[in-house]
Amino acid sequence: MKRIIVCLKQAVDVTQLKVDPATRQLITASAPRKMSDFDKNALEEAVRLKEKNAGVEVVTVTVASEEAKTVLREALAMGADKAYVVNDAGLKDVDTLGTAHVLAEAIKKAGEFDLVLCGESSLDSFSGLVGSRVGELLSLPQVTSARKLSVEGDAVVGERTLEDSIETVKAKLPALVTVTREINQPRIPSLMMIMKASKKEIVTWTLADLAVDKAKLASKIEVVEVLAPKTERKRIRITGESVAEIADKLAKALIQEGVVKR
Amino acid sequence: MSEGKGVWVFSENADLTLEMLGKGREIADKVGAELAAVVIGSNAADWANELVKYGADKVYLVDNAMFGRFQAEAYLSVLHNLVVNYKPETVLIGSTKNGKPLAARLATRLEVGCVPDCSRLGVDEKGRLVGERITYGGNAVAKLTFKTKPQIVTVPSRAFEKPQPKKRSGQVVKLDLKAEQAKTEVVETKPLETSSVRIEEAEAIVSCGRGLEKKEDRVLLDELAAVLCGQVGCSRPLAEDRKWFSEWVGLSGHKVKPKLYIACGISGVIQHVAGIRDAKVVVAINKDEQAPIFEVADYGVVGNLYEILPALKEALKKQLQ
Ligand SMILES: Cc1cc2nc3c(=O)[nH]c(=O)nc-3n(C[C@H](O)[C@H](O)[C@H](O)COP(=O)(O)OP(=O)(O)OC[C@H]3O[C@@H](n4cnc5c(N)ncnc54)[C@H](O)[C@@H]3O)c2cc1C
Repeated sequence: MKRIIVCLKQAVDVTQLKVDPATRQLITASAPRKMSDFDKNALEEAVRLKEKNAGVEVVTVTVASEEAKTVLREALAMGADKAYVVNDAGLKDVDTLGTAHVLAEAIKKAGEFDLVLCGESSLDSFSGLVGSRVGELLSLPQVTSARKLSVEGDAVVGERTLEDSIETVKAKLPALVTVTREINQPRIPSLMMIMKASKKEIVTWTLADLAVDKAKLASKIEVVEVLAPKTERKRIRITGESVAEIADKLAKALIQEGVVKR
Repeated sequence: MSEGKGVWVFSENADLTLEMLGKGREIADKVGAELAAVVIGSNAADWANELVKYGADKVYLVDNAMFGRFQAEAYLSVLHNLVVNYKPETVLIGSTKNGKPLAARLATRLEVGCVPDCSRLGVDEKGRLVGERITYGGNAVAKLTFKTKPQIVTVPSRAFEKPQPKKRSGQVVKLDLKAEQAKTEVVETKPLETSSVRIEEAEAIVSCGRGLEKKEDRVLLDELAAVLCGQVGCSRPLAEDRKWFSEWVGLSGHKVKPKLYIACGISGVIQHVAGIRDAKVVVAINKDEQAPIFEVADYGVVGNLYEILPALKEALKKQLQ
């Protein structure tokens, strides 16, 4: 094995998102961004494979409509050797298929590879489609939702948890693997690693640099609305002089609601 | 029934197939289309006939020893072949760990859109198929529709009711399809220990968060749950970090719909709340009166769960007598 590609998304940090209470719209423009959690696990796994197999290069590929340098620097500090980013305002409204087309073209342009690693899902849109879509566009066999991974000769072996079983799957290289958060605990780069990373290369492309058919980037999905969920709860506080009194009042309320079986 | 309007369902999971037939029937009736199920398997003729009772007008049956168990590439190539030949307008695919990648690759092979994990699905007043999914870590619900056909949707387990079987007539179409040599191979399968009771089916859930100090204290929840004929649940940290439970409620866990959900020592972060949207009544017990869980609860008690839970159990026992 010579080269591992990791697809990295710069995602909205959903734990810091704010909602406009009047309109229930999300305020995404000013929300902080970070490396999507699951992708960080994919990168960590790639770096571990590199540490185990001498001569392996780890390359990241990112598709973004906005600046993503901080995330790429972090990836390089974690141990990636080179980062490619397709940065183009024209990518603002692409859906999962458009993103996958751009990723696939960028991966092809980045050169030969044995393995493509992706997070199972992204932190913000959480669709869990892009990895498999890239796999399809590159005609790669795939192992999805891997929680353990190893390379054995010309194949990758992944363990995945299904609804009622644990399965071990072997796929011939080159292959694509999507990983879960359980697979590892990503490292926190040391100051040394951060300094060393500043010398590593970030290659920036625009859509014009890639052989992407623009027609294929048109979104296939129409967004009807994206709004914070309505909370229609009663918000009644139960108070009392003693714990017993509170419990009595609560029990009574629940029985009246008809949600307790007699 | 006009050509190219069919609604299809496919899942390798039996229960999910039935649940999607229920929802599929509703959509098909609204748009005046035929409802079809796709069955890929081995010795599956009886199952195919059974699906008619659950609402299928037609069942495409691909029965071959090679399809005895799920094989990603083979199933994809069969399903793609069928879709290209019979041109359904809508395809519902069960959002299992195997089904979702299948849907993603099918949609890509067809160059069309896919809306994953629809917790709600319906036809709007303009006749469009609209799927609802939770996004942005539970901060928002997205309503999405399609610009391309076929419209590929993935449906999670237990999102929709299983219909009652009825005596009805339908057609089973047997097809002899084979699949190409696969580049992946399942080398081992081990059964997974899962609780036989599914939390999605619980009528009452007593759920705990990091407010629970010790694993053994779970008995407090068990006892209350027993009085309520319900089950016990938890927030993610109790399962993922502390490993006291194997499953959790929320965005990345189970989406539950009990009549009663009692959240004890759970702060009510949006990712947790995303899993209890469909609970009828939510009760919050938390010692921090500022905890966000109170904003999304019907009844709130500011207090120590170690005192409130036993007292509530006694009060319920007394009043239910
Ligand atoms: C992408 C993503 C997905 C996630 N998915 C999920 C998910 O599916 N489900 C989920 O639960 N989380 C999920 N999380 C994690 C989530 O963000 C929170 O970290 C988690 O829900 C917090 O759990 P908690 O409420 O138990 O703990 P905490 O937030 O620590 O809250 C503990 C609460 O207990 C109260 N308390 C303490 N002692 C007592 C006592 N004696 N009596 C009464 N109250 C007491 C405290 O006041 C506090 O409010 C996800 C996070 C991300 C980023």
